[in-house]
Amino acid sequence: MNEVSRNATVAESADTGRTFYTMLVSEGIKARLIAPSPLPPADVIELESGDWGRCGQQAGAQGWRWAGAWAEDRGSHLAMNAGLEKHGRYLILRTALPADNPALPSQAPHYWAADRVERHIQDLFGIRFIDHPDPKRWTRHRAWEETVHPLRKHFPADGTPSSPTPPDNDYPFLKAQGASVYEIPVGPVHAGIIEPGHFRFQAVGETVLHLEERLGYVHKGIEKIAEGRDPRGLVRLAGRVSGDTTVGHAWAACMAMERAAKVEIPSRAAYIRGLLAERERIGNHLLDLGALCNDVGFAAGYYQFGRLRELWLRENQALFGHRLMMDVLIPGGVTVDVSPETVRRMRDSAASLRRELDELLPILDANSSLEDRFLTTGVLSVDLASALGALGYVGRASGRSFDVRRDAPYPPYDRLNVRVPVETQGDVASRFWVRYKELRAGLRLIEQILTGLPPGDLSAQWQTPAENAEGLGAVEGWRGEILCYVRFGAHGRISRYYPRDPSIINWPALEKLVMGNIVPDFPVCNKSVNGSYSGHDL
Amino acid sequence: MLRLYGKLLRTGVLTERVTPTAEDEAVEREGARLKTIVDKRFRGSLAIRQVDAGSCNGCELEIHALNNVYYNVERFGVHFVASPRHADILMVTGPVSRHMEAALKRTYEATADPKWVIAVGDCGVCGGEFGVSYASCGAVSNVIPVDLAIPGCPPAPLDLLRGLLSLFRGS
Repeated sequence: MNEVSRNATVAESADTGRTFYTMLVSEGIKARLIAPSPLPPADVIELESGDWGRCGQQAGAQGWRWAGAWAEDRGSHLAMNAGLEKHGRYLILRTALPADNPALPSQAPHYWAADRVERHIQDLFGIRFIDHPDPKRWTRHRAWEETVHPLRKHFPADGTPSSPTPPDNDYPFLKAQGASVYEIPVGPVHAGIIEPGHFRFQAVGETVLHLEERLGYVHKGIEKIAEGRDPRGLVRLAGRVSGDTTVGHAWAACMAMERAAKVEIPSRAAYIRGLLAERERIGNHLLDLGALCNDVGFAAGYYQFGRLRELWLRENQALFGHRLMMDVLIPGGVTVDVSPETVRRMRDSAASLRRELDELLPILDANSSLEDRFLTTGVLSVDLASALGALGYVGRASGRSFDVRRDAPYPPYDRLNVRVPVETQGDVASRFWVRYKELRAGLRLIEQILTGLPPGDLSAQWQTPAENAEGLGAVEGWRGEILCYVRFGAHGRISRYYPRDPSIINWPALEKLVMGNIVPDFPVCNKSVNGSYSGHDL
Repeated sequence: MLRLYGKLLRTGVLTERVTPTAEDEAVEREGARLKTIVDKRFRGSLAIRQVDAGSCNGCELEIHALNNVYYNVERFGVHFVASPRHADILMVTGPVSRHMEAALKRTYEATADPKWVIAVGDCGVCGGEFGVSYASCGAVSNVIPVDLAIPGCPPAPLDLLRGLLSLFRGS
């Protein structure tokens, strides 16, 4: 490393919440850096609500990535939080709002990612975001009225629904005008075995002029029904935020609760969680690589990857008691141990999967029909990915290398060598090959974990945290960074749970990357991003 | 191309016979019987329309697996179709979110008679982890009539297959 880049690294690592706080104060903004931080290792800065938008603007100018936001009903007032990240350091901005008629300046003019997240908060808490560029409803369809707010504490979880719930038929979609422009409505019930959502296309001939997503169809009140649960009950629910990411969300929820309760999990438990997470990553990548082959009519690829996935899931069942590995994580650790026999089996299966991938690589690489359909299809430029804050393989196919496992490492990844493949073309081919490379990186991690697996307990004794204890978890799920906020109420029960699935950030990328493509390429574009509807809608 | 053909030949046919177990020794016989029913009453083709009415997507992963080479559900004459108008069976996962209530009812109405509804997964069967709330109607049977329930979180492909075979057990 030469002198210049070493200095740059030092400067970067010093770039913490404190630096940002100092900058805010020098700009004449009233701010308070809370010490010690209530959400370690993240820093927390308290602001006046009127400065919310301006601080967002400053953070954007300083290169902080906008990672999510959540509100909270604190009885006497509402609390608003926004999470930022830079060089693996997390910073939480926080402000208080009156319970009656709450409003604050939006951060959406400065951060694209804030758009739908703020509208979700608007629908569920009744907070008005001033200067929001597009403040129409988002998560709310017609299951509750605009005047009631389900995440306020006085709102009963059962609600007061009118039965039957009317369909959401008056959403103000953007209209395109012109003689040859036509509109294609798709969904919520789609043609395949997939989750529900609505896509509104404007097209000219076969070319997509514009796509508008309408999600929220599978909103099932996860944040509300989490309230009052015990820690184990919360992990069970977290494991069903998005079924394909059961380990990822369970881990994020456990991490948030363990930080709140100051419970340190045994090293062996952390290593086993790592194994589960990498197995989940590999299983999902196998499924989607096959599905991408299928979407361009390459049936042989679909069946080969499907075969490998089925074998992988059967091994999950044999080793961890569940094909998708649900309910294996618990607060404080894990429920299933890894025996020497399990270690041997997993080494064998990792080696065997690697051999299979070696064999498939030239078949896929030399297939001209794959090349024809994948290359230059659905391009998300490096600049656009950066503006959106794209996460996971969607970001990594467009030049963004952020990976929580490497950049904000948590056990066991702090002791492992995490390789993060990155491409810059940003097309379907890039997303396909990044995931192929992540398969290999995942296998390498599994081998490292098996080699370094320390002896010890499977779980730590759970300590009931004090009322109001709060924690923030951040893990790298197979789709990308998962954030999770938890606050405890009385008697160790959950008072607030907010999971931010990477899909919430990545869904808007699909709207952008499909523009100018032909309508028949939409399925493969969609699959190459593969956002979770359930993880988004909550 | 030769590599591809080589791989296909070496992989061979993996589709498994559904092995009879202690809990359900008659699966193979039921399978044959279902095939007979499908052949006779559905002219060899039983069409399923899958509807996710609010699931966490875990059930979808396992329903998907029915089409992989190991289960290959098409060998019983059963296949998944894109439109409810082509379907004999609606396979519905839940809980039914309130935002999907109208869409599910319309899908049901769009399915031609005679039709059957299978509720899949604990959430579809009884509301599961989500239950009934301001946002969720709970079980599928709270919204449309259900003929068969296949519990599990999620039910494994083999459970789905056995459930399907049992649908016409009484007929």
